Amino acid sequence: MSSRETILQRLRNRTGGELTVPECDFSVLERPDWSTTERVERFEKMIESVHGEVHHCTEDSWMDRLAEILASRGARNLLVAKAHEIGQSLRSAGRNDLPELLIYDEPIESWQAHLFNEVDASITSTRGGIAETGSLILWPTVDEPRLMSLVAPVHIAILKATELYTTFHEAMKAQNWSSGMPTNALLISGPSKTADIEQTLAYGVHGPKELIVLIIE
Amino acid sequence: MSDPIKVYPSKPAKVYFYGTCLVDMFYPDAGVAGVELLEREGIQVLFPQNQTCCGQPAYTSGYHDEARAVAKAQLDLFPEDWPIVVPSGSCGGMMHKHYPALFKDTTDEVKAAGIAGRVWELTDFLLNVCHIKLEDLGEPTTVAMHTSCSARREMGVAEVGPKLLGQLKNVNLVEQVRPEECCGFGGTFAIRHPEISGAMVSEKVDALVETGTKQFVTTDCGCLVNIAGYAEKNHKPVEGQHILSFLWARTQGKGEQ
Amino acid sequence: MSETAEHTDHHIDVKQFHPRAQAAIHNPKIRKNFRSAMDGLMAKRKAAFEGWDLETLRDLGANVRLRALANLPDLLEQLEKKLTENGIRVHWAVDGDEACRIVRDICKARDARTVIKGKSMVSEEMELNHYLEEQGIEALESDLGEYIVQLAGETPSHIIMPAIHKNTGEISELMHEKTGTDLSNDVEYLTASARQQLRKKFMNADVGVSGVNFAVAETGTLCLVENEGNGRMTTTVPPCHIAVTGIEKVVPSMEDVSALLALLTRSATGQHITTYFNMISGPRKAEELDGPEEVHLVLVDNGRSSIYQDDELLDTLRCIRCGACMNHCPVYTRIGGHAYGTTYPGPIGKILMPHLIGLDEGRHLPSASSLCGACGEVCPVKIPIPDLLVRLRQESVDGDKLHPAKVRGHGAKRSAIEAMIWKGWAWMHASPGVYRLGTAAASKLRALQPASAGAWTNCRTAPKLAAKTLHQRMKERDQ
Repeated sequence: MSSRETILQRLRNRTGGELTVPECDFSVLERPDWSTTERVERFEKMIESVHGEVHHCTEDSWMDRLAEILASRGARNLLVAKAHEIGQSLRSAGRNDLPELLIYDEPIESWQAHLFNEVDASITSTRGGIAETGSLILWPTVDEPRLMSLVAPVHIAILKATELYTTFHEAMKAQNWSSGMPTNALLISGPSKTADIEQTLAYGVHGPKELIVLIIE
Repeated sequence: MSDPIKVYPSKPAKVYFYGTCLVDMFYPDAGVAGVELLEREGIQVLFPQNQTCCGQPAYTSGYHDEARAVAKAQLDLFPEDWPIVVPSGSCGGMMHKHYPALFKDTTDEVKAAGIAGRVWELTDFLLNVCHIKLEDLGEPTTVAMHTSCSARREMGVAEVGPKLLGQLKNVNLVEQVRPEECCGFGGTFAIRHPEISGAMVSEKVDALVETGTKQFVTTDCGCLVNIAGYAEKNHKPVEGQHILSFLWARTQGKGEQ
Repeated sequence: MSETAEHTDHHIDVKQFHPRAQAAIHNPKIRKNFRSAMDGLMAKRKAAFEGWDLETLRDLGANVRLRALANLPDLLEQLEKKLTENGIRVHWAVDGDEACRIVRDICKARDARTVIKGKSMVSEEMELNHYLEEQGIEALESDLGEYIVQLAGETPSHIIMPAIHKNTGEISELMHEKTGTDLSNDVEYLTASARQQLRKKFMNADVGVSGVNFAVAETGTLCLVENEGNGRMTTTVPPCHIAVTGIEKVVPSMEDVSALLALLTRSATGQHITTYFNMISGPRKAEELDGPEEVHLVLVDNGRSSIYQDDELLDTLRCIRCGACMNHCPVYTRIGGHAYGTTYPGPIGKILMPHLIGLDEGRHLPSASSLCGACGEVCPVKIPIPDLLVRLRQESVDGDKLHPAKVRGHGAKRSAIEAMIWKGWAWMHASPGVYRLGTAAASKLRALQPASAGAWTNCRTAPKLAAKTLHQRMKERDQ
């Protein structure tokens, strides 16, 4: 008998009594239906408390803000998506106050060392966010691969204010995660950190040292 | 799944008094004080002479046949449907929380559950059933409350002691750091793991001394012998008594330091 | 290496609990480190749950876990089906040794030489690193706390904060000695150095091994919480990702995850959420540009199906590995994690380890508790830890007439002398007349009470017998 069969059989032939299946009432997770303004405020408060940085922008101003941010960090380049309108509009803007735009359009194996060592910043879209915990929802795709939001020391994310949910529960339901998940989805709630050295907080352990959110209102 | 909300009975005419073996042998004054306090509230107190021990020491040691045998001997002591008051969070907890499980699948299951439902820790009973109002006749003094783990977590009476002490206008109640941390008694734990227990009681005594108080009170004799015994052996300036002794003395004008 | 050979024996003797505990108690550094760390974690947890109806939330957590456990075999099959559809290969391991062999076989098939690891307590349980080293495969920890502990040749002392027993100075010296960093108490410098050292390892590792916090059956998703980003690195950069988990970690739906996630991070470290919450549902698709080409899940039993047999003991499997129990435990705070000598320390360790290693090996674990209940009070899934400890004590003395013992190693603590003492105690206390006589006699003879009475009087005076028992006083009052 295979290990699989052994284990399943042991579980099915258990010696105890019948196991009751309790009701699960998830209403304790609900929060009041905050307005967009309240959600933005809450999101900002939460993510700033863990060293995330928030900038309030409009569709017209975010690129200016982006340029300022990158200049202040001395970023030599910015990794952008190929097909997403963020990447498209950056490339077609033809601005001279932006650093070199790099496109993630090759399999990682062909340029891993470059990504790890030479890329200073990256910008990705988000699939909304969660106000209660100050979290961004990222849904990496062929166009915006996983490592885009992980490797470079500065990660900039575009969040639409209207796509902020109150809670994880709400986001999960509204976006119907139960119907299927991509290869890798994730929540990002701040820059990388650790408290493993005598509970002292330090940032930028393995992931980005800076997480900068441009909220488009 | 959550613990049911406590529903206090209305003040009865009579109660059974379950002294507990530690009170019986080491702090009978506390037991008598408890009786006096109840009687002063107009309640008739019955002390079944055949009571011995709730069975907890054997229970927590894993000797459940022996625990059951001793606990069984307590089950017929309370034939009337009166409340059973217990001057101990630990023994109260044993009867209230653990008797149903101990007697599950036995012929005493229903009787044990019935008794468990009638057990009340004595200070809780005084405050929330008798609605006692204490008049302080003593001199100004300072005291700290040590709430036992079982009083806190099994009987849910952490607020009771401080409330009763708070009624005494000349008593200054101070609170030690980490008041909810165990004193290290744990019954046979103190014997089986003496170093760990010693480390815990040492810190508890230091915390009490640090408040400046010279005395502490508690509902539990196990904690009492543990903390007071450590303080005495190590010449630390804090002494302890059962809260019932303290409350009775304060409201009888029996003198204070 | 033979299929059935045990690893080289480098085990700590779990039975030597007492001397280790004693040494820890008399070690001021351990006392100070753990006291301040636990105080901090307790305060953070409390603050994080402010504004919550915590009791209702814990009820939900308990119900979610119980619902999953009630359907465990079906859920595991559903999980396997979904994962397989998603392209994740599922393996089953009856015990830790088999799990190690499965990992080895996957590595060998890929000619893997280096494994980089995200934090996984199950991999510690399996002693995977040691096994892989014996197989000539380097296994490197990437979580900073685990990395530190690995440099020191130690095991984690806490399931969430592995290096909690070390202070900054010690870590600085350790990194200096093993990796050549400067001696420095600057935590940012030490962290940046570790980042640099480990990035190279991520880039070159052949296989990434991770744990799993929740395995979701409905979508075939493996969820992972972390703050550092090493979990993402481990599960994205190497071309092969192997996840290992206990069979009890499966839940039916993403909705269940919403409840457990709300409880897990707040209970563990007082965080409303960790920096990253990863949800992995498959290997790299053909058109994707990064991610592992192979993803495996190893489902590890290792004694869990035995726990599952018993209605009471089954509650042990609710655990979501938050560590709140040990953060609040007065015993753990005073002896630290290593004194237990087991993979999982603290209260969860005491109720879990006896099933993994037996009550004979773990003979001191169930009694090393005052049953204060602080653990049960904070457990996010309401495991009745003190009750389980009492049950394991009953098992340790070989059960009773109503409930025969069944846990592996039962009876290990039964001694003829103690059994006799309790029988005598029971006889006396079940006979009211004998009891009253005995206690009255003891009172009369109290002047003869010895001042010294074993372990108790090493640091306390003995309790003083009263002149008259309460029974006598009540009789006098005609009550």
